[in-house]
Amino acid sequence: MAAGVAAWLPFARAAAIGWMPVANCPMPLAPTEKNKRQDELIILNVSGRRFQTWRTTLERYPDTLLGSTEKEFFFNEDTKEYFFDRDPEVFRCILNFYRTGKLHYPRYECISAYDEELAFYGILPEIIGDCCYEEYKDRKRENAERLMDDNDSENNQEGSMPSLNLRQTMWRAFENPHTSTLALVFYYVTGFFIAVSVITNVVETVPCGTVPGNKELPCGERYAVAFFCLDTACVMIFTVEYLMRLFAAPSRYRFMRSVMSIIDVVAIMPYYIGLVMTNNEDVSGAFVTLRVFRVFRIFKFSRHSQGLRILGYTLKSCASELGFLLFSLTMAIIIFATVMFYAEKGSSASKFTSIPASFWYTIVTMTTLGYGDMVPKTIAGKIFGSICSLSGVLVIALPVPVIVSNFSRIYHQNQRADKRRAQKKARLARIRVAKTGSSSAYLHSKRNGLLNAALELTGSSDDEQHISKSTSLIESQHHHLLHCLEKTTNHEFIDEQLFEQNCMDNSMQNYPSTRSPSLSSNNGGSTSCCSRRNKTTTHLPNSKVPATRLQSMQELSTIHIQCSEQPSLTTSRSSLNMKSDDGLRPNCKTSHLTTAIISIPTPPALTPEGESRPPPSSPHPTMNISTTCSNVVKVSAL
Amino acid sequence: MGCFSGVPCFPGLVDLYDSCAQWVCVLLSFGLSDTSDSDLELSSIRHQPEGLEQLQELTKFTKKELQSLYRGFKNECPSGLVDEDTFKLIYAQFFPQGDASMYAHFLFNAFDVDRNGAICFENFVVGLSILLRGTVHEKLNWAFNLYDINKDGYITKEEMLAIMKSIYNMMGRYTYPIVRDDAPIEHVEKFFQKMDRNRDGVVTIEEFLETCQKDENIMSSMQLFENVI
Repeated sequence: MAAGVAAWLPFARAAAIGWMPVANCPMPLAPTEKNKRQDELIILNVSGRRFQTWRTTLERYPDTLLGSTEKEFFFNEDTKEYFFDRDPEVFRCILNFYRTGKLHYPRYECISAYDEELAFYGILPEIIGDCCYEEYKDRKRENAERLMDDNDSENNQEGSMPSLNLRQTMWRAFENPHTSTLALVFYYVTGFFIAVSVITNVVETVPCGTVPGNKELPCGERYAVAFFCLDTACVMIFTVEYLMRLFAAPSRYRFMRSVMSIIDVVAIMPYYIGLVMTNNEDVSGAFVTLRVFRVFRIFKFSRHSQGLRILGYTLKSCASELGFLLFSLTMAIIIFATVMFYAEKGSSASKFTSIPASFWYTIVTMTTLGYGDMVPKTIAGKIFGSICSLSGVLVIALPVPVIVSNFSRIYHQNQRADKRRAQKKARLARIRVAKTGSSSAYLHSKRNGLLNAALELTGSSDDEQHISKSTSLIESQHHHLLHCLEKTTNHEFIDEQLFEQNCMDNSMQNYPSTRSPSLSSNNGGSTSCCSRRNKTTTHLPNSKVPATRLQSMQELSTIHIQCSEQPSLTTSRSSLNMKSDDGLRPNCKTSHLTTAIISIPTPPALTPEGESRPPPSSPHPTMNISTTCSNVVKVSAL
Repeated sequence: MGCFSGVPCFPGLVDLYDSCAQWVCVLLSFGLSDTSDSDLELSSIRHQPEGLEQLQELTKFTKKELQSLYRGFKNECPSGLVDEDTFKLIYAQFFPQGDASMYAHFLFNAFDVDRNGAICFENFVVGLSILLRGTVHEKLNWAFNLYDINKDGYITKEEMLAIMKSIYNMMGRYTYPIVRDDAPIEHVEKFFQKMDRNRDGVVTIEEFLETCQKDENIMSSMQLFENVI
């Protein structure tokens, strides 16, 4: 529960008086405050600096060090104060958390020191308020990266890696050439062959020398065999490299989808296709086009160059902004091309034969290239042409720097917005967890409360584990409040899992409620009073009912507690329980006790609250429990 | 604005200038006043309670109790006033599974006796004093006041149904047994059967007090929260 809200708990409890005249059952007893103290000031001495606060301020958060009895370990009898040998600066923030309910992160503080202090005082960093949360997360991420870098460089220097198998070694060698000499050699060899391949592609087309016949031949056709051998050698190397990478990749499917592997494939495909389709005149034209793809081999250099990779990544990340720039340019081009076309329509022998033909003029003019192959001849055309070139300067030159700076600003903003959205989801999830935590805490303590009450009543403490978490006073008061609400409305809180199960069971089971004895009593309606269902168990002497997903078979003693409370008249399952034959008992505090199944602490919400099915006719509680959820081990000890 | 030299002076132009200037001024003033108004709104609402002695006379709390109550109150509402939305938020924290806003609305109206849309510390502490330190008669009066939404001295079935629905809303979805749609209606019927002596469809304060004082459960549960503070 939030800090200040705990201060309103007395008010909420007082307002519960509004339910009393409406309820038809007596209310549960209020938890008593043993040794109720007047609020007192306590002194916290942190490395010499004294802080003072009210005791109740600290008790708002009972699961931290200062809010629980853990601080008694630090109590100094001589000076009657609590002494902590920690950093007083950070303590200021922590104490403010208790006072205001918001934890702030001071920017000047080192992140790891702050984390340590939080851990010492038992405060989760997730509670940090929105105002400081992003700063905290950023610093934490930087710190984590720094640690990772340190670790990596350490590992690299040590060289004492755990023994990797061949695949992993190869993959490491490919990704990081500096790990071993062989990798470095491989790196340089492939780089060399990429360069050779690119240069051959280029030189192939240079005309070198003539043959008899006065025809200029490109080198590729003159020394066809040599070039073919070079090409084959390069493709061999590339193929081997690709296959080795494919073999070594940890996730082959992901590797095959990555950009670099696609480039590799595209680079070597033309050669193989060419091999397959030699001397086929029909497709030789297409084959020639395929050779263009050989130029993609140059992209293989990006594995060798960090800068190229960064450039590619930058372009990819600014893709939407670039797209918008292109779109606005296209708009301007279309407008001006249309205008120019219609302006030049009149003139004879004009090159502006159609609007698409005018595109070329517009682009050349707007980018201030001005080739001069298309010029307007009419006056209107010249006027619009000059407007076009002026606006070209504006359209292209001005927005580009603005767009560039906008990119970086909007890009970072977007990143922050996405982060905030992601954090918001996480934050809501945490709030939900806390909410369910508080409601499941209530359900949990309900069961424990029953057990405790039972123990006190019967006095038969079998010295068993007595799973009672000592809840703070505020918690118990809150639970009492919720309990009163249950009594007022005659319905119980259960948690979601159980609810779903009940729904399922309800729909599956077509039990006509024939057995509901219509006890006409002063309860006119069908909702009964105090329909506390009988949770009965079988008497299974010393038998463990193994649950399906048990982690630890602990022996628990289930104390058979039956409460013969008022018979239920609801049409739901509870009416089919046996005790309905008993007469109305207005007082719920009878001599019997309810069966309570205590679940092992880890999984919450596992009471068999929905599931006892009564056999047709027997007045005694010889029920069987349908083991609802798993993880419940019940051993009868009576 | 007269014509100045160098500018071709047409009479129509002067008028145009004037009206444009006027429009600009109007627009600016709108824009500016908006922001200043909103600034004023935030800072003007502040409330200081009356002194401790007066409050001690109004209520049955001791000085220390009043001090501790005020500290909690002021912490949550530094301006000294609780408006309905804050009130709903605070109250909803106690009932995580259900929707407490309707009941909080009724509670708010019950505490805000002077109907000014905000609960000040005096209202708060006077209400608490009745609930925690008052006689059973006063508590029952307070409860009647809570149920009587329009404060006309009668509880009708519609009013009671609204209250009942708001209470059931606080339970939420995940209950056992599932809250059926007619559960509040049935509850209201039972309530009226018990309380409405002369079967005229409304419950008056006398009927309410009479019935409650005869009911053991209610009387005992009224004493339940004696030690809250």
